[in-house]
Amino acid sequence: MKRYLPFVIVSAVALLALAGGAMLYHAKQLPLLTISKNRIASGTDGAESIHIRGQPDAPVTLEEFGDFECPPCGRLSDPINQLEHDYHSRLRIIFHHFPFVTHQHAREAALASEAADLQGRFWQMHDLLYREQSTWSKAADARLLFNAYAGMLGLKIDRFKKDMESDEVKRRVTADQQQGAALGVTVTPTIFINNRALPAASLNAAGLRAAIEAAINAKSPP
Amino acid sequence: MESRNRIILYTIAASISLAGLAEATYLTVLSLTGETAVCGGSASCFQVLGSGYAKIAGIPMAAFGILAYFSAFGFATFAAFGYARVRKFFGLTVWAMFAVTLWLLFVQAFLLHAFCRYCLFSAALVFVLAAVALLTPSSR
Repeated sequence: MKRYLPFVIVSAVALLALAGGAMLYHAKQLPLLTISKNRIASGTDGAESIHIRGQPDAPVTLEEFGDFECPPCGRLSDPINQLEHDYHSRLRIIFHHFPFVTHQHAREAALASEAADLQGRFWQMHDLLYREQSTWSKAADARLLFNAYAGMLGLKIDRFKKDMESDEVKRRVTADQQQGAALGVTVTPTIFINNRALPAASLNAAGLRAAIEAAINAKSPP
Repeated sequence: MESRNRIILYTIAASISLAGLAEATYLTVLSLTGETAVCGGSASCFQVLGSGYAKIAGIPMAAFGILAYFSAFGFATFAAFGYARVRKFFGLTVWAMFAVTLWLLFVQAFLLHAFCRYCLFSAALVFVLAAVALLTPSSR
């Protein structure tokens, strides 16, 4: 009996590992977040969502909760821009802030984008912050770089600096965070396509495109 | 007496390998569900687990960890039961894991400039396994 015991033990551990892994995988797949119709971020419940690109009647809305210092969010920035270009009037993009406290400059970056928005340059700053993420995220004083970016975008620097400190931009960022938390957002990027969150495994260019195609097909008459 | 010590050491190695197996399984599931491709929780961890170094040809490094820890567990178990031939394989497996661990620590320290607590835990387990391998040379 002792001779066969190690075979039994090793086989049992293999089975346990497989079963445990499968159960964990299943548990991690659920549940996916959804936005109920009365909480659509474009604003029927009064929640502010002012960063929208695309047509209001676009059949597909891609809504992102993002953090400018989050590398996966940065990696998705260009693919989302490409999708917007490819789908044009069929795709609407909405961006919400969800900066993590574990990211040293994330909230400041969100404030910078809102300060840029007060001069009509939110999306330009949004794209620039993602493009330059690897630079400012490691900087000791990121604000110097944000000021430089504001200059590059042709913003009035004095106003930009003042706006970054204003209650208005802080309120906007906090409102977005609260909205995300209320929806159950815990990670970034969290992306909703027509109010249904995508699984993390789909957060890549191909996954987003497939989800958009599926949403367009679902809305098309048979 | 020496035989009894050897049994104890291999039992310790098998237990440590089990802990590593559980962790590697958890990390593999995180990778397969895409959770390592998002930010949340520990920023450093996600920086490491979401990096290009965390996969080889699209396969999560943690999946190789499952294979390695399971092999170490199997060999240690058989060795504890007196299968002398597997001692050599246990040693080879552990030293291969040790080499990979050193590489991953290098990547975290000098290429990513971030440390993941899961990876450090795994490194600690491998160091203990290496110590066991040193104390139980296959030729003895």
